[in-house]
Amino acid sequence: MAAPELPVTKAVRALLARDLTLAIRHRGEMANPLIFFVMVATLVPLGVTPEARELARLAPGMIWVMALLSSLLSAETLFLSDHRDGTLEQLVLSPQPLWLLVLAKVLVHWLVTGLPLTLLSPLLGVMLSLPAAGYGPMMASLALGTAALSLIGAIGAALTVAIPRGGLLLSLIVMPLYMPVLIFGASAVQQAVDGMAPSGPLAVLGALLAFSCLMSPFATAGALRVSLHG
Amino acid sequence: MLECREIAYERDYVPVFSGLSLSLSGGDMLQVSGPNGAGKTTLLRLLASSLTPSEGEILWRGIPLGQRLGEFRNDMLYLGHQPGIKGALSPRENLAWLESLGAPGRETVDAALAAVGLAGLEDVPCHTLSAGQQRRVALARLRLSPAALWILDEPFTAIDRDGVAALEALILEHARQGGIVVLTTHQALGLPGVRLLALEPHGRA
Repeated sequence: MAAPELPVTKAVRALLARDLTLAIRHRGEMANPLIFFVMVATLVPLGVTPEARELARLAPGMIWVMALLSSLLSAETLFLSDHRDGTLEQLVLSPQPLWLLVLAKVLVHWLVTGLPLTLLSPLLGVMLSLPAAGYGPMMASLALGTAALSLIGAIGAALTVAIPRGGLLLSLIVMPLYMPVLIFGASAVQQAVDGMAPSGPLAVLGALLAFSCLMSPFATAGALRVSLHG
Repeated sequence: MLECREIAYERDYVPVFSGLSLSLSGGDMLQVSGPNGAGKTTLLRLLASSLTPSEGEILWRGIPLGQRLGEFRNDMLYLGHQPGIKGALSPRENLAWLESLGAPGRETVDAALAAVGLAGLEDVPCHTLSAGQQRRVALARLRLSPAALWILDEPFTAIDRDGVAALEALILEHARQGGIVVLTTHQALGLPGVRLLALEPHGRA
C-alpha cells in the first residue's frame, strides 16, 4: 500500500493537473508563440536569401533568437489570468510553500511552450538548411535553454503582474538575463556545425539551468508577494 | 482567538485607517460596514495575512501572525471579490484543486456542490454559469474547508434570496460550532448576535 500523500505533494499535483487542463482548453493561446516561431522561419528564406549556404550560416543564431523571442512572448501570460481572477491570492494565502507552487506553474509553462518548440525545431532546421551536424546539439541546447528562459521569465512576470500593460517592462527586466542563454545556446549549435564538440556551451547551459532552477522559484515567490501587496 | 492591537495601514503614505483594535473569540461574527473606499477590503486582506499592517500587530491564538503563518493559513479561508474560479474549468475541477491547497475537506466536492444548489452542473464549464452560480461555486468552499476563521469579502454579491438565507444559516452554524466569521456586505443580514464594525473614510473606526 502506498504511504498517505503529503498535503504539499497533493497541492503541487493538483496545480500541475489544473494548469495542464487549462493549457489544453486554451490551445489557441498556447499555440501563438509556436506559430510565431514557425512563421519567422518561413519568412527568413524569403526575405534574406533562399541560398542554402548563406542560410546555413545564419541558421544557428536565427533559430535561437526566434526561440528567445517566442519564449518572451509567452512569459507575460504566466501569472496574468491567475492574477485577474484571484487565483494568485489563493495561492499566496495557501499554507503550502509558494516557491513549490511557482515551480509547478513554471514546469507546466515549459511543457506547453519550451518543449513543443524544441520538438518543432528540426522542422525549422530543414527550412533554414541547417547542416546535419547541428540537429542534435540544437535540440539539446533548446531543451536546456528554454527551461532556463521559462524560469527567468517567471521572475519578470511576477514582478510586472500587477502593472497594467507590463509587457514592455517585462521585456526590459528579463532581456539582460536572457542574454547568456542566447549566447551559449547559439554557440553550441554553431560549434557543432563548424565540426567542434558542442559539449562546452551545452555544459554552461546546463549550469545556467541549474542555477536558475535554484534561484528563480524563490525570487518569483518573493516578487509575487510584493506585487500583491499593492 | 483573533486579535488586532492598534493596527494602522497606509497606502502610498495615505492612511487608510489607524488605531484599530478588535478582538474576536470562537463563535463571534463580525460584519464590517462602511461607504465605498472606507477600507473594508483592506482590513479583510490584513486579517487574511495578505497585507501586513504598517503599525500594530495581529495575533492568532495569542501568537503574532508573522510567526506562525503556515499554521494560521491552514486555519483560515479567505474569499475575496475575485474568488479564483476559472471559467474554463468545471465547478468540480475548480473546487477539487482549490480544496487540495488547504487542509483536507469535511465533505466531498459533489456533496458541497449539491448543497449550494449546483447539482447537475458539476461538469459544465464555469464561464457558461451565471454570476450568481459562479459565486455559489466559490461559496461551496465554505462547506469543504475545515478552517476555523472565515474571511468573506462581499459573499452575498449576485446571490438570490434563497441563497442568502442558506448562506446565513451556514455562517450561524459555523459560529455555533466555535468558528469565527468576518464579512463585509451592504445588505441587512438576519444574523442574530453579529457584531458590527463601521469604518469611516480616512478616520478612526
